[in-house]
Parts: sequence; structure tokens; C-alpha cells
Amino acid sequence: MPQVVDLGDLALDEGAHLLIKRALAVHEQIEVRGTAPTLGVDLPAWCRARGLRINIAFLPGVYILHRGPGRWDKAERAGSADAPSAHAEARWGLAARGALVEAGAPTLDLPLADRSAVWADEAARLYAQASAAQWDPATAIPWDAPVTHPPEVEDAIVQVMTYLIENETAALLVPARFLARLHPHFREVMQLLAIQAADEARHIEVFTRRARLRRTELGLSTAGGQASLATLFDEPDFAIASFLLSVLGEGSFLSLLWFLHEHAPDACTREVARLAAQDEARHVAFGLAHLARHVDEDPTLRERLAASIERRHSALAHTAGLNEEVFDALILLAAGSWEPAALRRGHAAVVELQKDMDEGRRSRLSRLGFDAAQAAALSQLHTRNFM
Amino acid sequence: MTTGKEIVLGAVAYDAKVVPIWEGFRAYFGARGLAFDYVLYSNYERQVEAHLRKEIDVAWNSPLAWIESDRAAPGRARAIAMRDTDCDLTSVVIARPGITSLEDLRGKRIGVGAGDSPQATLIPLLAFAEAGLEPGRDIEVVRHDVLVGKHGDHVGGERDAVKALVAGTVDAACVIDGNRLAFTREGILPASHAVIFQTPPYDHCNFTVLGDAPIGKFQELLLAMSYTDPQVRPLLDMEGLKAWRPGRTSGYAQLERAVDRFKTIDAWLARVR
Repeated sequence: MPQVVDLGDLALDEGAHLLIKRALAVHEQIEVRGTAPTLGVDLPAWCRARGLRINIAFLPGVYILHRGPGRWDKAERAGSADAPSAHAEARWGLAARGALVEAGAPTLDLPLADRSAVWADEAARLYAQASAAQWDPATAIPWDAPVTHPPEVEDAIVQVMTYLIENETAALLVPARFLARLHPHFREVMQLLAIQAADEARHIEVFTRRARLRRTELGLSTAGGQASLATLFDEPDFAIASFLLSVLGEGSFLSLLWFLHEHAPDACTREVARLAAQDEARHVAFGLAHLARHVDEDPTLRERLAASIERRHSALAHTAGLNEEVFDALILLAAGSWEPAALRRGHAAVVELQKDMDEGRRSRLSRLGFDAAQAAALSQLHTRNFM
Repeated sequence: MTTGKEIVLGAVAYDAKVVPIWEGFRAYFGARGLAFDYVLYSNYERQVEAHLRKEIDVAWNSPLAWIESDRAAPGRARAIAMRDTDCDLTSVVIARPGITSLEDLRGKRIGVGAGDSPQATLIPLLAFAEAGLEPGRDIEVVRHDVLVGKHGDHVGGERDAVKALVAGTVDAACVIDGNRLAFTREGILPASHAVIFQTPPYDHCNFTVLGDAPIGKFQELLLAMSYTDPQVRPLLDMEGLKAWRPGRTSGYAQLERAVDRFKTIDAWLARVR
């Protein structure tokens, strides 16, 4: 006996098709009964349009339906909802991870499709942390805090902000370009890269606003600085770009932002730097996490990473590195005045900053399995532009 | 002109989607070793005439175009395949509240589709005539001529007939069964307007050949198309079917009677014979 589906007086133009579809999902053949006046017109037409065979029973208002050809016969799961697959198939397209994907969906060009190259178990946790830690520039920064430092120190702050904006623009665009090539099967990584881009957008906003707090024009942008960032922009390999940008570049920036938090003469600059540093720490953590995993699975990657630093060093050998204006601005910012004693303190602080950056890079390189000597040598080759 | 073993199909361009449909079929047949091309016509009469002149090997014909071919080339027309959705259609008469039978419509205005639509005009009007309500004499026929020459393939005529019913300018409207549900879902047909009559089942389009055109491979590949094949499924979805069936001509009797009764194609036949 076929499964009986009693529609009562519910018509097909009132949602009765849901009851029929639910039954056909389970049973090859069902008996449909109903008293809606239009059922005799609508049901055969509805079945015909769906390739369902229908027999009209001898009793009025009773129909036997047989399941039709299956749209889902060759469908496949886009991996498991729980965890990503080792490789994400292009034919899964934009489907949610774990969704049942109809065969014949368009394939998308998403070359970052191997778990070993993009995945880190920490991605979900870092994304959740980033979501929870989003801050509102309008309320989180004391924009009205008093500014009592000399005008030339303010100029130095504007120069540093100009430099930060340029670097954060690279830090937004480089991951965003990989985001567009990442298979969305690696959802947590996609979300993390997206929120990372949002972080950088916010940093660009607050650095710009801080730069223009007391000035109408921004500072200098050098060819050497831009050349350094261009090498990041042109890097086609996700692992190498993450390494140069997140682990080395943003890692160095962490030191710089904490330096600004410690030495800036006004509360507004200090807070802008502190909030940005918190975000950057997450970016560095993700870069380190997925590269550590990647290096574990592919030991040859370490050599490629080392080679990428050397290659970048050669490419930038002809450039001036960090522009002198930024370097001097950092000294003056830390000094807070033109007093010789203050300048000595500021200079010492910037020397200390560079030492701190170097130590941070060496520590992160050692976490990727480089020995102390390699880490020291590679850290020295890192771009003088910091990012 | 056909050359070699190439099969040339004629189809009527009733909608822009006709181009991707037949391009898709061309690729499907080509990939399976059958040289195939298609020609589009703006109306069925032009297509049937081209077929009679042997400019095409097979025609994707409306039921009326099938009858035109069959009568213009007696004994030579064959229906070789049709969609599963071409089999056992019905048309319905939907009336304004208060009307419950065809007889109630005596002296009233009946909204139909395009003048050459089998499903929304010719077959329903035959039902009226055979029930003793002669169109033009006992009922007033209000045509909704959208894309005449395309034999009602465009749904616009039926939609306009239903809109006229709801607006109160006609007392009943004739549509194909599946469109009743579609128009209700679109929100243009309220439930207060009941189905008061349903025709017996009839068949719709078919692939027509004349004489012994070499279409064996075409027919074989067509019937082999499977809805479970993801490469083929989009084509079948666009053309509105789940499976091709061998052609049959048993489902055209109502339309034959309608064409005879209303002399629908007499002038055309006289011209092409």
C-alpha cells in the first residue's frame, strides 16, 4: 500500500505541494487524497511540469503519484560541515560547506583550494575574537583630548600617520586579493581575511582622521617605501605573501604601534596606536598559525620562505628603505620637544624600537622552524621599510 | 539547404530563450557525432511552408502546425518525438463568481488567448460549440492576441484574458490547466474565480518530419537525453520537460474538430496546396 497523503481541503495554490514533496522525498509512490475543488485541475498539471507520473484512482479525489527523474541523483556533498576537506572541488562553487550540491553547477576559478596551503585550526577562534573586538572609531578614540606638544612634533605625527596609512592600504589590499581567489569551502579563513580587511579599513580611517586633526595636508610618501610595498602586492603565492606581510611586516608593525602607544605625546595618538596594535596581533597570529601548519605538511616551504626574503632584499637593494623623514619623525615624536636631552631619549627609543622589531621577527621565524642563526640572518634582510 | 548528413531543424522564435535552447541542442548533437543546425522562424505558417519546400528536415511544431503539415502533405507527416509535458494537457474555463456552468455563460463575454492558440482559444471554444454555445452567436469571444502566428506559445495572451476576467470586462477566461495554478501563485487570479469546465486531455507540440527524412540518429539521441545528466538538464529545464517521448498523434482529435469547425486554416491551406 502506498503512503497516503491527506491534503484535506488544502489546495495546491495554498501550499499543499509541500506535503506532497515531503512524502515523495521518502516514498517512490504515494496516494494523495484531497477535497479542494481545484485539486483535479491543479494536481495533474503540477505533476506534469515536474515529470511525476500520476494515475487517477477510481475514487474521486484520490491520486497515485510516482516519483520522477531526480535532479539530485548525481548531487554530492561539498565536504563536511564540521571540518574542511583536504581539497575543495571547483564544482562545489559557492555552496555552503557540507551542502548537497546539484551536479552541473558552474565551476569557479578559485585556485586557493588546498587545505594545506590556507588552513589554520585557529581561524575560527581568531575570527570570533575579531568579531567581538570590533571597535567604533567615533567612540573608542578620545578625539577631543588636549594637544599641548609643539607644532613640529605635530608635523612628525602627521608624517608617521601618512606612512601608516600607506602601509595599511597594502595590508588591506594584499589579503583582499587572495580572499577573492580563496575557495569559500575554507569558510573560517575567508571570514578571517574579510574581517582583517575591515580592520585595515578602520585603521586607515583613524590614522587619516588623526593626521588631519590639526593639519589640512598629509606628509610624504617615498618611492622606496612604495617599492617595498609593491613587492608584497606582486607576490602571487599565498604562503609567501602571508609570510612577508603578516609574519614579518605586520609583526614589525606591532612593535611600531606599541612604540607609538608608549611614546606619543597625546592621548588620541596613543589610543589609535593601541587599538590598531590589538587588531594587528590577530593578523600576525593567523599568519603564523597557517604557515606553521603549512611548513609541517610541506618542509620544502621553509626554504621557499627564506628565498623569498632574500629575493625581496635584492629587489629592494637599490631603494632607500625607510625614508629618513619617517625615521626622524619617530625620533621627534618620541622626544616630544627640541631639547637635546629629549632628542637623545627619542633617538635611543627608536634604536630600541628597531632592536625590538628584530627580536620579534627572530622569535616568529623560530616558531616556523628556522634555527637561531637562520632567523637572525633572515631578520636582518627584512625590508628597512618595516612592512 | 541541407547538405550531406546534416540535420536542419526549424523552430519558432516565440521567446529570446529559443536561441540558447537550440544552441545547446546543437552542441549536444555535435558532441555525439550528429551534424545539426537550426533555423528560426517568426511564425509557424512560415516554418511549415519551409518544411514543405524541404528547406528543413524536422520541424518543432505546435499542435496546430502539426495539423497544418499533416493536411498540406497528407500521409507524409510523422510525429517522431514530443515532450513528456506535451502529453495529456487540459484547458479550463474559469468564471467570475456566480457562474457555475458553460450554459450560465450564454450571451456572455468569454476571454480567450491569441486567435491561433490551440489551448487558450481553439480547443476551449470547441467545447463551448459542442455544448451548444456557438462562438460569435451564443457567446461573445474576446481575443487577447499576443504574438499571433506563434500559436499561443507565449503565455501573455492567457495572462491578459485572466486579467480581463478579474477586471470584470469578460465573464470567463480560457487557459491551459497549469497556468491556472501559475496565475494564482502570481497573485493575479483570486480563489473566488472557480473552474467551471475542464476539457478532455489533448497533446501539444511534436517534432514533425515529412516522408522518410533521415532522422534516425536525431531521434535516437533525443530520446537518450536524461534529466539526471547535469550537462543535459539545463536544456531540458529551458525547454520545459523531464523526458522526450516517442511521438503520438492520438491527442490531436479535439483540435482537428476545432480547426474543421472554425475553418481556422482553410485559407492558408488553399494558398499552400
